[in-house]
Amino acid sequence: MTADAAAPKGRATSTAQGSGPAVQLEHVSKSFDGRKVLDDVTFEIPAARAFVLLGRSGTGKSVTLKHIIGLVQPDEGRVIVEGRDLTRLDRRALSDVRKHMGFLFQNAALFDSMTVGDNVAFPLRRHTDLPEQEVRERARQKLADVGLEREFDKMPADLSGGMKKRAGLARAMALDPSILLVDEPSAGLDPITASEIDDLLVQRKRGGATLVVVTHNIPSARAVGDELALLHEGRIVARGTVEDLDRSEDPLVQAFMRSEGGG
Amino acid sequence: MHEHPLVDRVGAAVLSVLEFVGALATFGGRAIVDAFRPPFEAREIVRHLYQFGLRSMPLILMSGFAIGVVLSMHTRATLARFGAEAMIPAGLAVALVRETGPLTTGLLVSGRVGAGIGAEIGAMRVTEQIDALEANAVDAFKFLAVTRVIACMIAMPLLTTMMNFAGIFGGYVAEAAVSGMSWQLYFERSFLYLAFSDLIPATLKTIVFGYLIAVVASYLGFTTSRGTEGVGEASTRSVVMASILIILSDVILVKIIFFFYPQVPA
Repeated sequence: MTADAAAPKGRATSTAQGSGPAVQLEHVSKSFDGRKVLDDVTFEIPAARAFVLLGRSGTGKSVTLKHIIGLVQPDEGRVIVEGRDLTRLDRRALSDVRKHMGFLFQNAALFDSMTVGDNVAFPLRRHTDLPEQEVRERARQKLADVGLEREFDKMPADLSGGMKKRAGLARAMALDPSILLVDEPSAGLDPITASEIDDLLVQRKRGGATLVVVTHNIPSARAVGDELALLHEGRIVARGTVEDLDRSEDPLVQAFMRSEGGG
Repeated sequence: MHEHPLVDRVGAAVLSVLEFVGALATFGGRAIVDAFRPPFEAREIVRHLYQFGLRSMPLILMSGFAIGVVLSMHTRATLARFGAEAMIPAGLAVALVRETGPLTTGLLVSGRVGAGIGAEIGAMRVTEQIDALEANAVDAFKFLAVTRVIACMIAMPLLTTMMNFAGIFGGYVAEAAVSGMSWQLYFERSFLYLAFSDLIPATLKTIVFGYLIAVVASYLGFTTSRGTEGVGEASTRSVVMASILIILSDVILVKIIFFFYPQVPA
């Protein structure tokens, strides 16, 4: 099969989009029902790096991820992905940008009217010219990557929470996106599977993908992250490498970095 | 400064209703515009046609048959007073084709299909499946709402035609049981006073019913919040609102039909 057929329609086949940052948030603020969830959040993530967002529940981590894929628009500020300002794009252009991205939702968000295999095959069928047999093979391979090759024909309702999460990750990786947004990848997983998922994410990063990972799982953050940021009350209160945050004297950062809590 | 809490509340309620109507109209308008823009999502439309059309058939056929039987009994009771039993098939067919068939089909489909659309899309909203579609670079509005609107608009006239024929057959069974009338004679008499101007506009108006059912249910599904409770509410409200809109729109549509077909006696 040619590379062109496997590449999503309507996007360039190369993943590297110049030398600028892959993802950039500039002074992003967002409120819901009068409550400020993000307050002047600014960061940038170089291509092929893993950025881990830490923080207590309800501090705006998932909302930040949704800004990066354009599901939520900021009240103020700009979100720039591979050089394109999402706040200025029309629907079609936004759709083109999203073809570069994969998103694992916190609750996996598998389409419950489709089998697990069809869920993973969905982006391939929508956005590539691959023949059906090749689509199924690739979907099966993606499921094998997360240890779910035997669940291809099952419905999402028949899977456990952890299995749904892994199937969601397989779907997010189906198009081999250049940017992978992952919300709580190890939540609900046993430590061995969580470690396997971490290895998979690291592999994706080594393959050139930019990762943005939201997690509460500090061992996972240490394993995957090149840079970590701690969100607190809608603001980034600490940012740096694992070593930087380990050395921090901020009590909140210390509390996080010293916890071994899993997802 | 005098306070008028009642006026304030009424004003707020009116504004809320107007806001809802405006949002619903915008949603419905966008569905029409997007229906003519690619991609046309033919596979999804066919899937919904199967679910809305084929799977509604047993309900429609059984209901149509029962309505035909009941209408026949009522018509006989009335016409027998004037010694006009021979008019039973024609009277029943005209009543069915012009109004009873389309309206009953609309209400039944709003119950079966409207509730399903409201619940399904509502559940997709609260479980982030709609966001997942968007994240997968798919226009969720088009994929979920427009396809259902088109499928519903195609299915309604077909289901109405089935309802009409099931009703006529039910009428025949009731009549045959009482008077022993043959199927051939009953069928001939049924269509004696039935013109295309009775059949076509009345059947085609159900396209509007289909549009209303799918638009209302999809809108309520898309705007669902508050978890599973919200899903249940979306489902119930879909049925209630679609039914009311079908009945109200029927008044307008009948008036329009009479305007374009004045030969049809009012």
